[in-house]
Amino acid sequence: MTDVLVCVKRVPDPTGEVVLTDDGMRVDGRYAGYTTSAHEEAAVALAVQVAEASGGTVTVLSVGSQESIEQIRAGIAVGATDGILVEADADALGPVDVASAIAEAVAARQDAGTTYGLVLLGNDAADTGDFQVGIRLAYLLERPVVAGAQTVETDGGTATVRAEGPEGTEVYELPLPAVVTVLEGGVSPKYPSVVGRMKAKKAAVETMTWSGTAAGAGREGLTVPEPPPSEVTVIGEGPAAAPGLVAVLKELKVVHG
Amino acid sequence: MSVLVLVETEEGRVSLVSREALSFARSLGAGDLHAVVVGPASESVVTDCRGAGVAVVHEASDPALERYAAAAWAAVVEAAGRAARADLVVAGGTGRGNEVLAHVAARRGLRMAANVVSVESLNPLVVQRQVVGGAALERATVPSRVRLLTMAGHAVEPTAADSPGEARVSPLPVTVDPQDLRAQVVRLEKRESADTSGLQAAKVVVGAGRGAGGPDGFAAVDALAERLGGAVGVSRVVTSLGWRPHHEQVGQTGSRIAPDLYLACGISGSIQHWAGCASSRTIIAVNTDADAPMVTKADYAVIGDMHEVLPAVLEELG
Ligand SMILES: Cc1cc2nc3c(=O)[nH]c(=O)nc-3n(C[C@H](O)[C@H](O)[C@H](O)COP(=O)(O)OP(=O)(O)OC[C@H]3O[C@@H](n4cnc5c(N)ncnc54)[C@H](O)[C@@H]3O)c2cc1C
Ligand SMILES: Nc1ncnc2c1ncn2[C@@H]1O[C@H](COP(=O)(O)O)[C@@H](O)[C@H]1O
Repeated sequence: MTDVLVCVKRVPDPTGEVVLTDDGMRVDGRYAGYTTSAHEEAAVALAVQVAEASGGTVTVLSVGSQESIEQIRAGIAVGATDGILVEADADALGPVDVASAIAEAVAARQDAGTTYGLVLLGNDAADTGDFQVGIRLAYLLERPVVAGAQTVETDGGTATVRAEGPEGTEVYELPLPAVVTVLEGGVSPKYPSVVGRMKAKKAAVETMTWSGTAAGAGREGLTVPEPPPSEVTVIGEGPAAAPGLVAVLKELKVVHG
Repeated sequence: MSVLVLVETEEGRVSLVSREALSFARSLGAGDLHAVVVGPASESVVTDCRGAGVAVVHEASDPALERYAAAAWAAVVEAAGRAARADLVVAGGTGRGNEVLAHVAARRGLRMAANVVSVESLNPLVVQRQVVGGAALERATVPSRVRLLTMAGHAVEPTAADSPGEARVSPLPVTVDPQDLRAQVVRLEKRESADTSGLQAAKVVVGAGRGAGGPDGFAAVDALAERLGGAVGVSRVVTSLGWRPHHEQVGQTGSRIAPDLYLACGISGSIQHWAGCASSRTIIAVNTDADAPMVTKADYAVIGDMHEVLPAVLEELG
């Protein structure tokens, strides 16, 4: 049986237009809305797979404001068991702080009788993209870690992890307990069923506080680079534009005649 | 004072991203340039380092390092950092680069800045780095004695040094701690064709993204690429969904291409995709959305359904 902890962050929808707050310190999610990043959705799907296969549970954890409970419940709606909110101002925390807050929650659950055989995170958060929380967490917990996983399976005390490396798929077999960070692509994210949504509304979300002092992220401000002015020549619309496009191909000398 | 760069290799040469990291590190003017290579440093790797202005190549060739283990690589970087007396360590913003430097940061209790595009000040270290997948830049201070950063892919050109470096190979004695091998690759399933040179060398690339609609949506794309004597390139959505193999991916985490013509069909033109195709001489976009970034950034565009436009183009070509 593998109990899994999966860490998700509430982030402004990264596929929407990036609008900054007036002080230029944050992406304003009020327009694009908030979501869980794609890597973390994949991590949730893998957590549910692992727990189902081994008869374990899945806890979704987020470090953030009360609003992050929305992302925790989204995880429960697709099959997780319960949730933990470590209440904090996520914007004031850096990756060192977040890793420490997660480690503290893992220790608290351990004291309460649950040892997470596997802790899953995203490879990188969609907003701050620090590429390091999972690895820092692994060192705090003194566990082995693989980053950028596509799939994870557990069998007894071993996790088999597959990740895309420069030359092909790299397979790891690591002893549990372990930490794994996930890249989207190896598993399809799950969509909530009506029953799942109902369950998520009622499921328990424990609120914890972090005892540490924030080191912060060192952020001085954000800018959105201006796109250069468009100089596109529209050849035409639909299949009727084919002769025009072929004329351009001839002009560019990529076809002759 | 010196700068240490973690050099990754690719088919026996210094990889493109590592050459970019070397150029960048050199341009900082922060002292001698040192490189660290995991595994034996081949003659070509040393030659590449010399051209990039490297003074010393630290080579760690313990057999225990033959299969990748991020923690063991981090131990090598730490050892090289001590040998080089480096107070700045740079790696490419690749999967490996970000992973290894994050290990170093965690082990040494240091900060690390990922995906840096420029350095504003060295002391204290103030950087501009990509966030929100490159859609925004963050100005950040990285207060640490030893400063760790990874470079966003393709943020700088991989240029040669004005005068070559000595590139003296210095064997690095490392004893690999078994703790650092708990997470080690046990098996590599090589890609059927790890060869991306066809795509990178192609004069014409026909690109396809989510607009292809599914694994069966590439017939006209393949046919047009063949008709134009070119290669197929795809977006990450396409490889993530398993519609096409990863070696066809163009972008920040794929290949960088510079063909005479890039015909991008059903691709929105995200920052990360653009990072890989911006050097194309001419870009033609085929997209249903006239406001898609790929369209507004292109030289030419056809607004329409690729499944209608491409067959019509093939017919026109005869
Ligand atoms: C760290 C990081 C690294 C990344 N690296 C890469 C990378 O290397 N390469 C990469 O490509 N992406 C990369 N991405 C992902 C990138 O952000 C985008 O998600 C991705 O490029 C979008 O792919 P797409 O354009 O195919 O899909 P979408 O953004 O969904 O766009 C589909 C486009 O197709 C058009 N369309 C739909 N149907 C049709 C039709 N029938 N005919 C014509 N047009 C149609 C739509 O109007 C739209 O413009 C990375 C992301 C991150 C966070
Ligand atoms: N505030 C947070 N709450 C929960 N998990 C987080 C938080 N911040 C980061 N993470 C996790 O750490 C991963 C890597 O984040 P980062 O190192 O900041 O890029 C994310 O994909 C999440 O899984």
